[in-house]
Amino acid sequence: MTAESTTSAATAETIRHELLGFLAERIKTTVEPEQDLFSSGLVSSMFAMQLVVHLEEAYDIAIVGPDLKLDSFRTVESMTALVLRLKDADDPAGDA
Amino acid sequence: MADKPTIVKCLVWDLDNTVWNGTLSEDPSVELLPGIREAVIELDARGVLQSVASKNDFDLAWGHLEKLGLAEYFVHPQISWGPKSDAVTTIAERLNFALSTIAFIDDLPTERAEVNYHLPEVRCYAFDQATSLTGLPEFSPEVVTVDARRRREMYQAGFRRDAEKDNFKGADEDFLRSLDLVMAIKRADEDDLSRVEELTLRTSQMNATGVHYSDATLRELLADPGHEVLTVTLTDKFGPHGAVGVLLLGCHRDVWNLKLLATSCRVVTFGAGSVLLNWLIDQAAQAGAHLVADFKPTDRNRMMDIAYRFAGFTGDPCDCVGGLDPLADDRVQRLHLVPERRDGATTMQVSSPELAADLALRVNGVA
Repeated sequence: MTAESTTSAATAETIRHELLGFLAERIKTTVEPEQDLFSSGLVSSMFAMQLVVHLEEAYDIAIVGPDLKLDSFRTVESMTALVLRLKDADDPAGDA
Repeated sequence: MADKPTIVKCLVWDLDNTVWNGTLSEDPSVELLPGIREAVIELDARGVLQSVASKNDFDLAWGHLEKLGLAEYFVHPQISWGPKSDAVTTIAERLNFALSTIAFIDDLPTERAEVNYHLPEVRCYAFDQATSLTGLPEFSPEVVTVDARRRREMYQAGFRRDAEKDNFKGADEDFLRSLDLVMAIKRADEDDLSRVEELTLRTSQMNATGVHYSDATLRELLADPGHEVLTVTLTDKFGPHGAVGVLLLGCHRDVWNLKLLATSCRVVTFGAGSVLLNWLIDQAAQAGAHLVADFKPTDRNRMMDIAYRFAGFTGDPCDCVGGLDPLADDRVQRLHLVPERRDGATTMQVSSPELAADLALRVNGVA
């Protein structure tokens, strides 16, 4: 693992933290990183769409095609993994 | 059918020297300019929403509009000392309308220039055009439906919903359930068609195909045994939302082709598109048919793309696509799904025809 991604400050930890904060603000409930947001009825499919837009804007990524599936947004952990993977794909030097 | 101007969905009025004959802060007894009341009422009847962007003290100006009996016609009034481009932007955002569907009228060329500079898509009109607006094509929808005449009231009921939502502390779905939403899906009849046509014209944001189906085309398809034209209405405890969606489905034995799915931007926040897709997927699963949804990406229908993907549609190829009508437009994608039975919606009651059972009858006959 190298340290060359210091310019893009987003790490798993910061993304997770930011997402938990975003969710707490929007759905007025504290969630766990592994909690299934859909089966617990906390978010509607409509809100899931807002999550897509939020992730794209906050991390300057485009979530399209096969990545655009409900399972990618089911938990804070799965969203964090998605963001890291897409940011990594953006940055050829990145090495997960 | 060429070059029809985009219908204005909301007209934003300046007040001083546009709606009334002077400057309210200098003369508290200003009166309506001739013809303004008639223009406001006529536009309202056509389903054009109206709002206000005025540099004034809010209480003073709104109070005067109330005194004149016009306040009820305006939604999301922006009365403050800020730039009018900000006011117009706020109104468009609150209504969830594209700026290209907003118009602005003001007596001051500088104000029109300010709006035009920051928001070039907004159409600007001078105050002396106020009484002739109703003669312009962009203010003259081809069809004026029952829903259009009640549009402002439906939006105003929507604002009460939003206010309730802001005060609601709990999960998203719990809030939706508290609204007592009832979705009725029905086969369109002749009377529904003008509503359907209007919806496909107005609903750029959630019109997945971007294809406009004319009244005549839809009438033909009504009678076609190979097609289903369905309309969707939504009601909740605050009142009816009116016609909020339309589906056009080409039904073959092994594959159903969703050619058009449009839902009104008014009901996006209720997840109406997802509920509809969920229902359709369940029906197709019962019929044992694959689903193929036509989708033309535009800069306004991203939400529909996400709704399809979240419902399980993918771009993966399948042999079933080969038997469908060819596409007229090569920008249209065909998204595919092998349906499985779905649970009913948890956020609303849905009443609907039994497409799968009806189709089985039609195809196989009654033995």
